[in-house]
Amino acid sequence: MRVELNNIRKSFGSVHANDGISMTLESGRVYGLLGQNGAGKSTLMKILAGYQSADSGEIRLNETLTQFDSPAAALRAGIGMLYQDPLDFPPFSVLENFQLGRREGIFLDQKTASRELLALGKRYNFDVDLDERISNLSPGERQQLELIRLLAGGANVLILDEPTTGISSEQKQQLFDSIRKLAREENKTVILVSHKLSEVQELCDHVFVLREGQLAGKSEIPCPMDKLVKLMFAKMPPRSKRPAYKFGQAVLDVRDLHVETYRLRTENLNFSVRAGEVLGLAGLEGSGQDLLIKALAGLLTPKSGEVLLRGEDITRRPFHQRQRAGIAYVASGRLEEGLIADLSLVEHMVLSTEKPGFLVNWERAGEATQDRIAKYQVVGQPASRAKQLSGGNQQRFLFAMLKPALKLILMEHPTRGLDIRSANWIWDLLNKRRDEDTAIIFYSADLDEVIERSDRIAAFSGGVMSRMVNAAETSVDELGHLIGGQQ
Amino acid sequence: MSDELIGIIASILLQASPLIIAVCGETLTERVGVVNLSLDGSMLLSAMTGFIAAYKTGNLAFGFLMAAAVGAFFALIVALASIRLRQSQVAVGFVLTLLGDDLSAFLGQNFTRLPGPTVQKLAIPGLADIPILGPILFQQNLIVYFAILLTFATWWWLFKSRPGLRLRSVGERPEAAFARGVDVNRVRYLYTLIGGGLVGVAGAAYSLGVKIGWSEGHTRGLGWIALAIVIFGGWSPIRGALGAILFGATKALATVLQRTFPEVSVVAFNALPWLLMILVLLVVSSDITDRLIALSPRPMQRPLRRLLKVSPPKALGTELVEG
Repeated sequence: MRVELNNIRKSFGSVHANDGISMTLESGRVYGLLGQNGAGKSTLMKILAGYQSADSGEIRLNETLTQFDSPAAALRAGIGMLYQDPLDFPPFSVLENFQLGRREGIFLDQKTASRELLALGKRYNFDVDLDERISNLSPGERQQLELIRLLAGGANVLILDEPTTGISSEQKQQLFDSIRKLAREENKTVILVSHKLSEVQELCDHVFVLREGQLAGKSEIPCPMDKLVKLMFAKMPPRSKRPAYKFGQAVLDVRDLHVETYRLRTENLNFSVRAGEVLGLAGLEGSGQDLLIKALAGLLTPKSGEVLLRGEDITRRPFHQRQRAGIAYVASGRLEEGLIADLSLVEHMVLSTEKPGFLVNWERAGEATQDRIAKYQVVGQPASRAKQLSGGNQQRFLFAMLKPALKLILMEHPTRGLDIRSANWIWDLLNKRRDEDTAIIFYSADLDEVIERSDRIAAFSGGVMSRMVNAAETSVDELGHLIGGQQ
Repeated sequence: MSDELIGIIASILLQASPLIIAVCGETLTERVGVVNLSLDGSMLLSAMTGFIAAYKTGNLAFGFLMAAAVGAFFALIVALASIRLRQSQVAVGFVLTLLGDDLSAFLGQNFTRLPGPTVQKLAIPGLADIPILGPILFQQNLIVYFAILLTFATWWWLFKSRPGLRLRSVGERPEAAFARGVDVNRVRYLYTLIGGGLVGVAGAAYSLGVKIGWSEGHTRGLGWIALAIVIFGGWSPIRGALGAILFGATKALATVLQRTFPEVSVVAFNALPWLLMILVLLVVSSDITDRLIALSPRPMQRPLRRLLKVSPPKALGTELVEG
């Protein structure tokens, strides 16, 4: 099916998620859709799949102007979307899950449905056990099943949202084979939404790159990696003009660290960070940098390996002990992990700084809070609740709560949502901590920030950490290769 | 089997029937993700309403109808507050419980301890003469027949029909149900109302057929028992009905035991059913059950697991987000 998107616009508040995007997709082809986090990929695909409606713009299927008000309507029109986390029902049996949403009527026609499902399973080379519960299947199997369901529902256009996250490489090959078969033999239009340049190169015929809500460019595949990287990240940002700093001794040594969640694993991590050094972690969201930070903070237990803080083994120490040992952690979710929405700023300060004891000296705590608020230029009162602050002020307050004299600061997206002035100002404060021999490790979805603020940079791709590069000498090309998974 | 024992079993079934009806109703409601915690209050209010309506008109069917309307109305308040106004289901349910209790005492104060119309026994010709089973199952009143039929009908609807599949999908993963074309809010309203209506019928079943008449606090506590049995029954009507019967049986046993050990307080025996329920829940959710299932013959494992391992609907009681 030929899909035309014309001038699609969609805003959330003042953010233009899609700012006039047009593209044409032909049947029998596999398209890649690339872009950084927040570039507008998911918004565009959700509009095409009927989960959201566009503010303006039109969708044409085989020349016919179309509009959907629900995903079910989109599927009836031939568009099916496979989510990263398949929208299925874990306690249902495979057959029940397949039957839900099919023809109307009171009776469940189990015979026809089983026959159809088994035939589809055979056709796409997938063992179907009708009575097994969905919750007992692997993520890859659930994906296959969902794919089959979409095809049975009449999908001619398939949107796959980050389909290879959390499945084994064997399952990935199987998935890619079915995708190729669907495009070549059954003339389906396939769109692969991805972070991973290597997968797009491997599977797709064409690629569209989005940046800041607009179409940054398109290309045939194969295409040189650095061209894609340039389209995704635009220009080389200016380097930070910090005074040269003589690094001290190693603050942190990581040896053979192996961290794993059900989605991703990252292993063979070996590096040191010296006093006063800023290590920036680049890479597309969820490539393993978050696992490393959480493992260092004590929020994830590593499978194996060692973490040494000034020579002392802290691998098995829990979060609070690490905090007392001088590690601070600034979470990416301000209101989810960093702050408590309904507590006042004083109460936060008491929670994070007061000595253990039964009574709280509220007067002193209020004064201390007032001092920090003034020093960190937080717009708010000691009695303000955390949720009343704007995003930027919440972030400033998180930094205001950091203790003096830390050995190591771990940060996720340290300046997300801040304007340039506030971001500069926060980094100035952070840089001053170098004099206290504090080392900093952070990651950010903003590659510019990583390049600008770091001394050294390592990139993550699919759980693999690249070699370290010197931030002052690297180039977007070099980083692009590392982010794309090439050494 | 002695006539006395048969009589006891038949009476246990009669006593359990209103409970079974309420459990089926609440099971439907919770399966779409809504907790109607007002059961105790709405049962009281509908027991009172049902009795007065039937007493005034002399029409039993009208009594049941009004009771169902009261139950459905309480359920509507829960549904509106949680779906439309996004209020906490628990808070609204609790307040309604208290409201129903006091309102029934106030509105029913002039109708206490009156002789009223009663659902009569109706022996089913032919079947009633079967030895043992006949007196237990087929010499009962319509409430018992309705409860038994309702149990199987609800089970069939939930697990074998297409609307039932959609119903369960809403309680499990509303956003995925929406993606499959289910109108999530409509389904939630529908089954919350039906469930509430059945709870109302259960209230009237008490005042018109089981514990006949009206007095303040006539069915107090039964709503909570029904809520507990829904959980105990793993959100399945058949298991829930068995739970209600087991509950009645342990109560009967408590009476017998009390007669045998008069020195022990009756209150202690009344706690028996609850201890039993907690024990069963612990056993079912423990690792030991997993291991026992793993030891059983392979073809038996799947049905056994399905019977013993249950989990609540995932979206149960969560804040409802409109699709």
